[in-house]
This record gives sequence, C-alpha cells and structure tokens, in this order.
Amino acid sequence: MKILVPVKRVVDYNVKVRVRTDGSGVELANVKMSMNPFDEIAVEEAVRLKERGVASEIVVVSIGVQQAKDTLRTALAMGADRAILVDATSDVNRDIEPLAVARLLSRIVEAERPDLVIAGKQAIDNDMNATGQMLAGLLGWGQATFASKIEIADGRAVVTREVDGGLQTIGVKLPAVVTVDLRLNEPRYVSLPSIMKAKKKPLEDRTAAELDVDVTPRLKIVRTVEPAQRVAGVRVASVDELVDKLKTQAGVL
Amino acid sequence: MTVLLLAETHQGRLATDAVARTLSALAPLGEVHVLVAAGDGAEAAREAASLKGVAKVLLAEGESLRHGLAEPAAALVASLASEYRHIAAPATAFARNILPRVAALLNVMVLSDVIAVHGADSFDRPVYAGNAVQTVESTDPVVVLTVRTSVFGAVGRQEPAPVETVAAVADPGLSVWIEDAAVVSERPELASARIVVSGGRGVGSKENFDAIIRLADKMGAAVGASRAAVDLGYAPNDWQVGQTGKVVAPDLYLAVGISGAIQHLAGMKDSKVIVAINKDEDAPIFKVADYALVGDLFSIVPELMGKL
Ligand SMILES: Cc1cc2nc3c(=O)[nH]c(=O)nc-3n(C[C@H](O)[C@H](O)[C@H](O)COP(=O)(O)OP(=O)(O)OC[C@H]3O[C@@H](n4cnc5c(N)ncnc54)[C@H](O)[C@@H]3O)c2cc1C
Ligand SMILES: Cc1cc2nc3c(=O)[nH]c(=O)nc-3n(C[C@H](O)[C@H](O)[C@H](O)COP(=O)(O)OP(=O)(O)OC[C@H]3O[C@@H](n4cnc5c(N)ncnc54)[C@H](O)[C@@H]3O)c2cc1C
Repeated sequence: MKILVPVKRVVDYNVKVRVRTDGSGVELANVKMSMNPFDEIAVEEAVRLKERGVASEIVVVSIGVQQAKDTLRTALAMGADRAILVDATSDVNRDIEPLAVARLLSRIVEAERPDLVIAGKQAIDNDMNATGQMLAGLLGWGQATFASKIEIADGRAVVTREVDGGLQTIGVKLPAVVTVDLRLNEPRYVSLPSIMKAKKKPLEDRTAAELDVDVTPRLKIVRTVEPAQRVAGVRVASVDELVDKLKTQAGVL
Repeated sequence: MTVLLLAETHQGRLATDAVARTLSALAPLGEVHVLVAAGDGAEAAREAASLKGVAKVLLAEGESLRHGLAEPAAALVASLASEYRHIAAPATAFARNILPRVAALLNVMVLSDVIAVHGADSFDRPVYAGNAVQTVESTDPVVVLTVRTSVFGAVGRQEPAPVETVAAVADPGLSVWIEDAAVVSERPELASARIVVSGGRGVGSKENFDAIIRLADKMGAAVGASRAAVDLGYAPNDWQVGQTGKVVAPDLYLAVGISGAIQHLAGMKDSKVIVAINKDEDAPIFKVADYALVGDLFSIVPELMGKL
C-alpha cells in the first residue's frame, strides 16, 4: 500500500506571531518555521503503518516556497521514502489557499496513485481545516476527518473520529483521505543519523504551472489586525473575596 | 440573494442553539433557507421553521444521512447549491467535515470560522490561533462559510415557516457508519453554557478531576479541559477548549490548574469574565484573567464548593 502525506511549512507553534502595523499581514521574516504539528502526526502514522508492514511506500508532498524543502527533509528523516516539492510561489509571505493546494494534490494523486492520503486536520497558521476534505471531494474519494485511531483492513480504513459529542467510528473504502487529530500518536524525534540519511533520499521538484493549476487566490485579504487585547485584572487574596467580587462587581453569580 | 444554512441534528433533534446563533450571524445576508438532512428529520425541521429569520425549511431524509457522513451530505448540499449565493453552517465538527467538501465540488473556497459579516462578500475570521484577525473578500460566485457561534447571540422565535421536502441524492457508498461513543450528559453544552469550569494538568488525576465536575455541577456550568488534561485521560476529548478543541465565550470561565498556553487561550479569551486559580503567580493565564487567585487548587476548590 502506498501512502501520500501532504506536509505544510508553518510558523512554529511556540512563536507568538506579530501583526504588521500597516495591516498587511503577520511578520514572517526571521520567524522560526516548522512542520505543521498535525502533519508530523500524519507522517508518524504513515511511518508506523510501514513499520507494521501495512504500507510499502510513503511519499510526502509540500506546496509553496522552495524553503519547504526543509520541512520535506524532516519528513524524510522521520521515515518517509520520497518527497515532492511543488513550487507555487517565490514569496514566503504568500500562502496557497486550500482549494489550490487540494487541486495540486489531486494532480499528484493522479500521477502517484496512492491508496491512502493522510493529511493534518488543520494548519495552525490559517486554521482553515479544509484541505483534506476538499481533496477527497475533488477526487470523489471517501473521507474520514479528525482521526484519533486508524486501522487498515480488507480494503478499507476503520477510523475513530473526534467529533463534538465524543467519538465516532466509521469505515471508509480505500482509496480515501484521512485527516488526523492530535491524539492519534506522538511523533518521534528525528535522530542525527536519520537526518543524514534523509539527505540521500529522492526529492523531486515540480511546479504549479507544469501541473496546470491556477493558484490565484479566491479570497482577497483586505487587512490583518490584532484582536482586542484583554488586560490583566485584579488579584484576589481569598476565596471569600473571589466569591464577593463575582457576585457584586462582575455580577456573574 | 438567498442563503442555505445546513443544520446539524442529533438523533433527529435539531442543534437549536448552534442554528439560532448562526441565523443571527447571517441576518445581513438576506433570506435564509435551512436544510435539515437526517435519518428522521421531521421534528428538527419543525423546530428550525420556528426560528426567527428562516423563510423556508428544506427537509431531506434518508438512511445515508442518518449519521452525518460527509459524502452523501456534501453531494446533497452541492445538488441544491445553484439556487443560492451563500452556503453556511455553524463551525462544528459536523459542518467542518462537510462544507469544505461541498466547496471543492463547487470549485470555490471555503471560509472557516467567520466572526463578522460585513457584506455579501466581506467577512472577518481569526488566524494564528486568534492572534490575528483577517478581513477577507471572496471573489467566488458562491460563498461557502462556517460561522463561529460563540460570538453571536441566538435569534428568537417566529410563526413557523413552510417545510418543503427535497430528495436525498443517491448514496455514493464510500463510507459506512460503525458506532458513536457519545457521552450523554445532563450538563449544559460547552459551546453555549453561561458558565464553564475547566481543569488542566494541575488537577493531577482523573479522580481529582471529579472535584472539578462537582464544582461545575454546583454552579450549573459546563465542564471544559485543557489539551493536557484530555491527553492524560482526566477528561473526554469533546471537553477540550482551545485552538483545536471548542471555542467558548461564556459569561464566566473558571480555569483551574491551567497554565494558559496560546492554544488554550484561543478557545476562551473572549469569555466575559475569566477567573484563574493557579499556584504559579507567573502563569500566563493570569495575563488574561479578570480575577486571579494564586494558591493550591486542592484547598481552593473545596473551599469554593462550600461557599457557593
Ligand atoms: C502570510 C500569509 C499570507 C496569505 N496571503 C494570502 C493572499 O494573498 N491571498 C489569499 O487569498 N490568501 C492568503 N492567505 C490565506 C491562505 O491562502 C489560506 O487561507 C490558507 O492556506 C488556509 O489553509 P490552511 O493552510 O489553514 O489549510 P488547512 O486546510 O487547515 O490544512 C490542512 C492540511 O492540508 C495539508 N496542506 C495544507 N496546505 C498545504 C501545503 N501548502 N502543502 C502541503 N500540504 C498542505 C496539510 O496536511 C495540512 O495539515 C495567506 C496566509 C498567510 C499565512
Ligand atoms: C498544534 C497544537 C494544538 C494545541 N491545541 C490545544 C487546545 O486546543 N487546547 C489546549 O488546552 N491546549 C492545546 N495545545 C497544548 C498547549 O500548548 C498546552 O500544552 C496545554 O494547554 C497545557 O495544558 P495545561 O495548562 O493543563 O498544562 P500545563 O501547561 O502543564 O499547566 C498546568 C498548570 O497547573 C498549575 N498547577 C499545578 N498544580 C497546581 C495546584 N496544586 N494548584 C494550582 N495550580 C496548579 C501549574 O502552575 C500550571 O500553570 C495545543 C498544542 C499544539 C502544539
């Protein structure tokens, strides 16, 4: 079984982003970038499926700028076999929308013919939570989103999903798209030898133009502002004072 | 201009609060038709028809629609789309699963988690765990969006609008439902509760977390948790508040033994009043708390129980 994992390069989750004062976006110059945490979980799951003998090959794909090659190298060091970079922009400040990403991925899927695509449930920069569902829609494949458990057997994936009321388990026919949630697994740390080894693994260069997908955004970002900030309130010295303040000052009890 | 609102149902019952809040968000966009897609949806359709702002309810019933599977639901919505300028839903797990697929079928983008509607094509949405707010303009012929319900109030009631039956589309048969491990609870729902009491890693164990639950019950509150508390098994996954859990904005949010990581704040910083109980006086949660009580939760929580 062949697995395709799309991985996105995003601002590291520990970085508190700063909004540019002119409203044009967030400051991305000289900011630490990492693999989207959900995508690390997706890569980890694919590698575990390979270690269990369920999967035979793992291909990772990133769409965006050349710098995303670093992200792909990390995925290769975790255990992916091959990587594809789809160059879609040279501007690090420009993000490619989920629809365009999904359309590019659908072209890669047509060429690679994987049995399963494992993506993150959301990218922590734009929190759009859309790409996997869009890809499944474009391909006419089944989808299982927000996975906290994946089992592959008899040509289908049995997936436990984290939903609003608890957990839902569904079976989805392969090929399919699965998007992963945080509790699926804990990604491994990559060791230095595996980083060195990953340098020899194949990394293919493609472009959005040659895949014939128009990546012009459908959404125009008019402005980006900082949300209203909360200010720290008061310290209370005791439970009595807290209860009193909540009753008389805040009026919420 | 008409809006199609995809309603969520659970075992034939409408998720009324989420739908009512979404209706108030959509009010500037024009007439709203609500689509109820369910196994048995008649009762939910009647309920939706009596919500203010609803011009018509479309009821689609079918076995394939019973469990909210994405493929048949998305195919149904896409088949109705040509009549509409906007397709919307509350930003719940149910709709987040379906609407992006609908958007792809229509070859348009999706806008997730809208927090303000400025006009037919202009919306605000949070990015970077709520650390920035973007105003975006859609250039698509149909705008597909999900609405963050916690920032909108619920609409009231009206004389019932008409209910019309529409045919479910053929089940593409790509996925099957196996089971729901739903936690049935008498407590208020996290997303709409007036008070939320949340516990974090500081609570220390699943047994200790019972004290948080008892405090919540005493206050008539919903129970929330940090990701750490959920990962450690103190609380079920659907109690998680934050960037990747639920976003809440109650009148009172009580955070107990929670440090206040950016990802947690993303889910609760719009609460009206925030109270934090933490033994570390430098905990980041205190930067957003209206009332900060520094101390040991194991003595504070029981004392609070006694004094409420
Ligand atoms: C700095 C910045 C500038 C922007 N500028 C514009 C602009 O000028 N115009 C505009 O319209 N929009 C712009 N955007 C918004 C952006 O185009 C979309 O809103 C954004 O891509 C939302 O999707 P997401 O990345 O959150 O994807 P999600 O759907 O949340 O991602 C889910 C999963 O899909 C996969 N995935 C997503 N993207 C990729 C990728 N590139 N490569 C590989 N896998 C991927 C991953 O597995 C990921 O976990 C900008 C955003 C930023 C941060
Ligand atoms: C991609 C991503 C998404 C995430 N999404 C979410 C999300 O949706 N929601 C979320 O919550 N987190 C999320 N996180 C995790 C987040 O970064 C934090 O790790 C998490 O919120 C920490 O939980 P906590 O505050 O309970 O634990 P900790 O940070 O360990 O804090 C425990 C606190 O308890 C206090 N404490 C300990 N003992 C006592 C005592 N006896 N009395 C009083 N106080 C005490 C400590 O002082 C400390 O401040 C996400 C992380 C990533 C990378």
